[in-house]
Amino acid sequence: MAKLELVYFAWVRERIGRARESIETQAATPLQLIEELSARDERYGAALSDVSALRVAIDQELADFDTKLTGAREVAFFPPMTGG
Amino acid sequence: MRICVQSEPFNIAKELQGFGAGRGDIGAVVSFSGLVRDDSGHLQMLEVEHYPGMTEKSLSSCAQEAVTRWELADVLVIHRFGRLQVGAPIMMVATAARHRNAAFEAAEFLMDYLKSRAPFWKREITAQGTQWVAAKDSDEAALARW
Repeated sequence: MAKLELVYFAWVRERIGRARESIETQAATPLQLIEELSARDERYGAALSDVSALRVAIDQELADFDTKLTGAREVAFFPPMTGG
Repeated sequence: MRICVQSEPFNIAKELQGFGAGRGDIGAVVSFSGLVRDDSGHLQMLEVEHYPGMTEKSLSSCAQEAVTRWELADVLVIHRFGRLQVGAPIMMVATAARHRNAAFEAAEFLMDYLKSRAPFWKREITAQGTQWVAAKDSDEAALARW
């Protein structure tokens, strides 16, 4: 089991109902992490089920949903960015 | 190179004063400023959320990339977060170079990148409620040319 800090932004944060949390996980990728979280509570499914509407960052770098989480400390889920 | 992520308002003219000044090798300064636009006629405020830490990193690496691709003498990026008034500046980029082509292109590159790669999210606040601004496919597509 690895310890991970999860952070959420914008409507992902609102649907999950919190901005951050610490979890223990066996997930090897963000996609597996989403499956694991969705099985825990339906709010995660509501926020994270459609990955085409999501972005993920691992340790504050944009990543893919099948990037390995080996050594990761912080994973962030959020909608596509709307800066500028 | 200067990167600022701040909630405080900024003054575009003031920021440009002195940018690229006092040196003999700069022939061109280009700047772009983004203002809070009210498309519906009902916008009360625009709220900008960001990812502290990652925001600064992604803006810096974006500016670094611009410096690598074009011969730039200086780069300035300012982006605000928090609640912003209609008409207020949200962000600005400025580039300084020997010639104008590099300055124009680098400024466009910075804009295209920070629109869909820097972790900011906009939410419109109106009397009817609040709504997250959806990302545009055209913004993502704009990255393809770089």
